Amino acid sequence: MKKILFVEDEAALQEAFGDVLKQAGYDVINALDGEIGLRLAKSEKPDLIMLDLMLPKLHGFEVLEKLKKDAETKDIPVIVLTNLEKVEDIDKAIELGAKTYLVKMQYNLEEVIDKVKKTIGE
Amino acid sequence: MIKKIIDQFNIPGQCRRYGLSLWQCPQFLFIIMGLIIIGTTVASYLIGAHYIASPELVALVVLIVTCFLFVIAFVITRSFEKLAEASKMKSEFINIVSHQLRSPLTNIKWTFEVLASKEFEVPRNKQEEYFVNVKENIARMVELIDDLLIVSKLEEGIFTIAKQEVDAEELIKEMISRYEVFAHASDIDIVFNPGEQAPVVLTDPSMLKLVIENLIDNAIRYTRGGGKIEIKLRKQAKEMIFSVKDSGVGIPQKEQKYIFKKFFRAENALKQRTRGSGLGLYVCKLIILKSGGKIWFESKENKGTTFYFTLPTLTSIGRK
Repeated sequence: MKKILFVEDEAALQEAFGDVLKQAGYDVINALDGEIGLRLAKSEKPDLIMLDLMLPKLHGFEVLEKLKKDAETKDIPVIVLTNLEKVEDIDKAIELGAKTYLVKMQYNLEEVIDKVKKTIGE
Repeated sequence: MIKKIIDQFNIPGQCRRYGLSLWQCPQFLFIIMGLIIIGTTVASYLIGAHYIASPELVALVVLIVTCFLFVIAFVITRSFEKLAEASKMKSEFINIVSHQLRSPLTNIKWTFEVLASKEFEVPRNKQEEYFVNVKENIARMVELIDDLLIVSKLEEGIFTIAKQEVDAEELIKEMISRYEVFAHASDIDIVFNPGEQAPVVLTDPSMLKLVIENLIDNAIRYTRGGGKIEIKLRKQAKEMIFSVKDSGVGIPQKEQKYIFKKFFRAENALKQRTRGSGLGLYVCKLIILKSGGKIWFESKENKGTTFYFTLPTLTSIGRK
């Protein structure tokens, strides 16, 4: 079973999307802030990281930068899932190594699951 | 149609709509400039016709008129700048508000998508949890919209603070009892010292509640891992001084000057909690100033913050 780390501080979203991912056949690990997310990425070695940007303790960009600098985590694909939609933010995330950038409000759950499947290689 | 034409000539009305005084309003300044140009053209003609033998005088008049027009043109440019600035602030404001509303809206949207989906099933034992989530997120949006409405009304000056005699001690006790459960859940004790005399203040009780609610709520949220919040009330001359002291994260020195600004949120506050409208302290400031009081704070990073405000008192009730 492929493992997905979901770093998101909105409990409601973690609940809804986490349940959907589980039903789609993934093992989901939740992190409520950037620090926990980074720690779990190292210890759990997930197959994919879904990363919000506006996170407590450590901003999503810092998490992404640290993930990509670390030899242990640099190859894990990252999907940024956020509500920030400025071009500068999108460019920065891609530059830092995010595979895909999704604005939450513009996608429905099925579309996001599709992106997850494509990124994880199914 | 006729009304529209009449409206075009209602210069003071148009200036009020922009929120500018007459002397900062482009339409009014254009009319003044037009009148000066007409007046000075006629005057120059008359002077020229009369003193044709002295061209220096005509030149002087032209020079004075040019200087006048230059000053007015400068003022007009400044007023356009002000309008442009106001419009820029408005779009920034809309940007921030829409972002603040997006998070709870996304939560509701996705939760409902799961609930309504034929493909995904919500575990039976989790259905209630989903509805609680939706309810909480709707409450978040309502809170933000309420704050925005208060700000807009206070800024426009259409929110009159209905001043009444309020027993400050009673009101504070009521607010504390409302927050005690929340504080205990975070291992925080709230201590209240009402002082020797309980002042009767002249203010709008619902507005005062809003201020105290915001200050207590902040004190609890930014006090990490347990601690104490001390609320004090004292009377000094014709004022009541309220203070709420926390042992929380404090406000970084470089950010202290922005703390009462609209939508400002300190960096360490963001690290603690990404939610929050950034309107609470701005609302407090508007209310206290409108009630004839002052609001300020003392803070040290990682030590805590004390917020103070004053309100004019009416009389004092002697404590038995």
